[in-house]
Amino acid sequence: MNFVMPDFYPAAAEIFVAGMSLLLLVIELFAGKKKGFGFVVTLIALAGAAVITYTTADGQVSVTFSNLYISDLFGSFLKLLVYVAVAVMLVYSRDYLRVRGLDKTEYYLLVIYATLGMMVMISANHFLTIYLGLELLSLSLYTLVALDRDSSRATEAAMKYFVLGALASGLLLYGMSMVYGATGSLEISAVAQALAHGVVNKTVLVFGLVFLVSGLAFKLGVVPFHMWVPDVYHGAPTAMTLFVASAPKLAAFAMAIRLLVNGLFELAGDWQQMLMIMAVLSIALGNLAAIAQTNIKRMLAYSGISHMGFMLLGLTTGVVAGDRQFALNAYSSAMFYAVSYVVMSLASFGMVLLLSRAGFEAEKLEDFKGLNQRSPWFAALMMMVMLSMAGVPFFVGFFAKFSVLQAVVAAGYVWLAVLAVFFSLIGAFYYLRVVKLMYFDKPTDHAPITASLDMRVLLSANGLAVAALGLAPQALMSLCAFTLLRSL
Amino acid sequence: MTEMQKLYLLVPLAPLAGAVVAGLFGKTIGRAGAHTFTIMGVAVAFIASLFIFQDVQAGHTYNGDIYTWLESGGLKLHVGFLIDPLTVMMMLVVSFVSLMVHVYTIGYMADDPGYQRFFSYISLFTFSMLMLVMSNNFVQLFFGWEAVGLVSYLLIGFWYTRPTAIYANLKAFLVNRVGDFGFLLGIALIAAYCGSLDYKEVFAQANNMAATQIELFKGQPWSLITVVCIGLFIGAMGKSAQVPLHVWLPDSMEGPTPISALIHAATMVTAGIFMVARMSPLFELSDAALSFVLVIGAITALFMGFLGIIQNDIKRVVAYSTLSQLGYMTVALGASAYSVAVFHLMTHAFFKALLFLAAGSVIIGMHHDQDIRNMGGLRKYMPITWITSLIGSLALIGTPFLSGFYSKDSIIEAVKASHLAGSGFAYFCVLIGVFITAFYSFRMYFLVFHGKERFGHAHHDEHAGDHDDEEVAVDHHHGLAPGQKPHETPWVVWVPLVALAIPSVVIGYMTIEPMLFGGYFKGSIFISEHHHAMKELAEEFHGASAMALHSLTSVPFLLALSGVVLAWFFYLVKPAIPAAIKEKVGPLYTLLDNKYYFDRFNEVFFAGGARGLGSGLWKVGDQAVIDGVLVNGSAKVVGWFAALTRLFQTGHLYQYAFSMIIGVFVLLTFWFNRG
Repeated sequence: MNFVMPDFYPAAAEIFVAGMSLLLLVIELFAGKKKGFGFVVTLIALAGAAVITYTTADGQVSVTFSNLYISDLFGSFLKLLVYVAVAVMLVYSRDYLRVRGLDKTEYYLLVIYATLGMMVMISANHFLTIYLGLELLSLSLYTLVALDRDSSRATEAAMKYFVLGALASGLLLYGMSMVYGATGSLEISAVAQALAHGVVNKTVLVFGLVFLVSGLAFKLGVVPFHMWVPDVYHGAPTAMTLFVASAPKLAAFAMAIRLLVNGLFELAGDWQQMLMIMAVLSIALGNLAAIAQTNIKRMLAYSGISHMGFMLLGLTTGVVAGDRQFALNAYSSAMFYAVSYVVMSLASFGMVLLLSRAGFEAEKLEDFKGLNQRSPWFAALMMMVMLSMAGVPFFVGFFAKFSVLQAVVAAGYVWLAVLAVFFSLIGAFYYLRVVKLMYFDKPTDHAPITASLDMRVLLSANGLAVAALGLAPQALMSLCAFTLLRSL
Repeated sequence: MTEMQKLYLLVPLAPLAGAVVAGLFGKTIGRAGAHTFTIMGVAVAFIASLFIFQDVQAGHTYNGDIYTWLESGGLKLHVGFLIDPLTVMMMLVVSFVSLMVHVYTIGYMADDPGYQRFFSYISLFTFSMLMLVMSNNFVQLFFGWEAVGLVSYLLIGFWYTRPTAIYANLKAFLVNRVGDFGFLLGIALIAAYCGSLDYKEVFAQANNMAATQIELFKGQPWSLITVVCIGLFIGAMGKSAQVPLHVWLPDSMEGPTPISALIHAATMVTAGIFMVARMSPLFELSDAALSFVLVIGAITALFMGFLGIIQNDIKRVVAYSTLSQLGYMTVALGASAYSVAVFHLMTHAFFKALLFLAAGSVIIGMHHDQDIRNMGGLRKYMPITWITSLIGSLALIGTPFLSGFYSKDSIIEAVKASHLAGSGFAYFCVLIGVFITAFYSFRMYFLVFHGKERFGHAHHDEHAGDHDDEEVAVDHHHGLAPGQKPHETPWVVWVPLVALAIPSVVIGYMTIEPMLFGGYFKGSIFISEHHHAMKELAEEFHGASAMALHSLTSVPFLLALSGVVLAWFFYLVKPAIPAAIKEKVGPLYTLLDNKYYFDRFNEVFFAGGARGLGSGLWKVGDQAVIDGVLVNGSAKVVGWFAALTRLFQTGHLYQYAFSMIIGVFVLLTFWFNRG
């Protein structure tokens, strides 16, 4: 057997991040009681990975490790966004973790591994590579949620997340095995080719497809695979919630594109309908259930479900009656939606972290009462984020919804667009309730807002990005379309 | 950008710069700074306009875009200028009157706390009005149209602590919305049928539009151009205060007097006249629209004149006279004598601004008492105001050789020569209007400047309510205390009077020949072959002096003369007669005193109707349907649903896993049953 040295170049960023995780382990051995290095090393890892990803993104599609691994512009762009999201998340979480004694090296290690998992998912060219990345990410997240092991609520949340995640992984693997049975390959491009030649067992394939989509739906947290979302978001320490609710959504989106679009495009007619059902259910349930919540983390969890449903709408409209001309428009609108959701999600959970302090979790809706009197600036930022999530012009959330809806209408599903708008209107209620609490109610909590300067600045920038991307969405929109075009 | 283009751009931008400086940095630069900057801005605009005038006289017109605002589909929206004789004449009138008003304001508003704000507003107004007249497309026209409306709104309510002022500016705003609705419909129809909003391109398609029929109501085809023109004219009716959209103008006298002169006499209200003249290539193709214009103008000219007779507030008399004169201009438009309308617009701008500013001067002299019944004999105390008022009044009633004579007489002749439906009625109206104009003008003149001195009798009670507003400086003193005498106003007030009196006398004599018959407006104004009014006028014209001499024996002159004599007799010789007449014709007086019940009608029908509709919708639509069914009902449904999801979101792991399995199962069943 002769061994061919693989080309490491396309995977350089992943290799670097893995190396940094080892370095962190070594530093921990020698650092003793000194604190703070984990944060710095993780940021360096992210920055280094960003530089490598940026310099290796040459616009070419290159595969390596016997076609297990792919490097293309779509992946590089999403990875860069993941680094930014993780870095922002780290800055937001630092104070929160420190006062709770959770800023252990384990935390930073797990964040690095989760990031690595996301990178692998994004760059996967093989069903098993996807699975590998997904498990790396998921296991890290389970552990992160359980990191505060004295908190019974967090432990319970982690337990649920783990068991349900395991079930979802099982579904996904089962689906993959069916696809393998039908096509004889697990390599994404080979699967696509086999499907294109049309010599496969359709029954087995659709059987597998249902399981694949179910596994994917779990990761995105859409109905009926959403049950874990409110409980985990609620139970986990807010810093972990912030992580779960931000960067992994990008990875999940990449997984959807790799699996469904790159791999199983021939079956678009089938999976589009599955996604459509789940999207409609998610938008309806997410928006309705969020109204009844008194805990802002739970509320944002349900809001996240509805947002992911909305994002799925974009994926459901790529192929109309076999005509693929809408594909680019539809998928880039979904991508834009995913990116803007991550921006808004970071800002909203960041705000919860901002108001939290030692011994106090600002996770009740009442904790936002009278925020305007305590800090007009952050109240204004939170208002912008809430309005953006509600889809009020001219914030980024509006353009995200708008671009998805125009893709839906272009594909001829006017009823779908009407339904989505209807439920979004219902959803506007609970976002506006937060605004009302901040501006028209008397504060119940009078403690001054203490946060480090870097967090204040970054959170402000994050909030302003919601407005800025809304005023000038064109650049991001065309980036999404451009990177997708290069990898479709 | 060429030199001339820069100059064009300078004309509107200089007043804008003044407005911005005075508005934003008013506190810093102080009162003197505010008036210096704004006056400089307007002076620059005036001087630049003079240069442009010379350039246009040399035959250099311009029509081009300066800046592309946006392109959407085939529709391009530009900022552009159309510089031709009509435009440059308007630019001169606007910038000159505005300059005079700026100077005058220094004296008039001297004690007012909102001094800088006022200068900022009037400069902003000048900018908007210049943008309106210089526009080469409908969008910019509409921008200017709305901007002057906005500034007018701000200025009518300038003394915002007075409830009457707030009522008046609201009224002006609402009435103008009605007009703008028609205007916008007209523009929208043009955009829909021509695919362009540039004057040139629209005019090029005028004949196509005339040939197109549209059905507004089923089975009743209308010529497109008639609908467009009537829509545009409804806009003009709002802005130029034509019956029945005139109700806002008398009330707008709540604003400070300088703006009554600038906006509600000389410039903004003439925007409608200017716009129709500018659109002559469209209006000429629709006899129906022209008849409509003619009749509306004639009604305004006559019936608003009647109202002037019974007013006692000096500014309101001038305001009704303005309404009536605007009616005259409109009549001229309807008779296809656009150049005559614009000519009257120009002469009127001078003498009406003069009359307003003179009225303001009287008001200052009388310490803010505006009731002419409390005046009399002011001639001795305010000589300059007296002589300039006399000139203004003489010009207004059409005394031969003065400016108003040339323009008004031309209008009457043009209507006589017109053969449109309604021209007979219009001719009757404008003829009687001459008598009425002379009567109310000189009634006011005699009551103010001649006869017994009636001032100095304690404060009467009409303005008692205003004394509540302690914040408004000008309200602190009303009228002259017993024994106190009126005095002539400072030079900043009377210099503009003199400066306006001169053109009021000579401008008509000097310009009638080139403007009406010398082809000055060639290329700006289009007159169809079928409309002969201007041609007949030209045939009868043998020079300005001959026209004036000839008129000494004509009907209008005799009517004007008898109006003056009657006023003299009634108000100086036998002051008892008017009171006796008032007694005799009680119902008629009541009708006039209530301004033909237009306001009452609006209040009962529109305001009351709207309120009725509103409360009906509120009770049935809002409370029953929306609150009851939609809001509370949907809230109940949502609450029920949320409770249901809570039922499922138990927190039990097995249930979650179960629901996932069910999900997969349902999907599988569905796909396999489907085929």
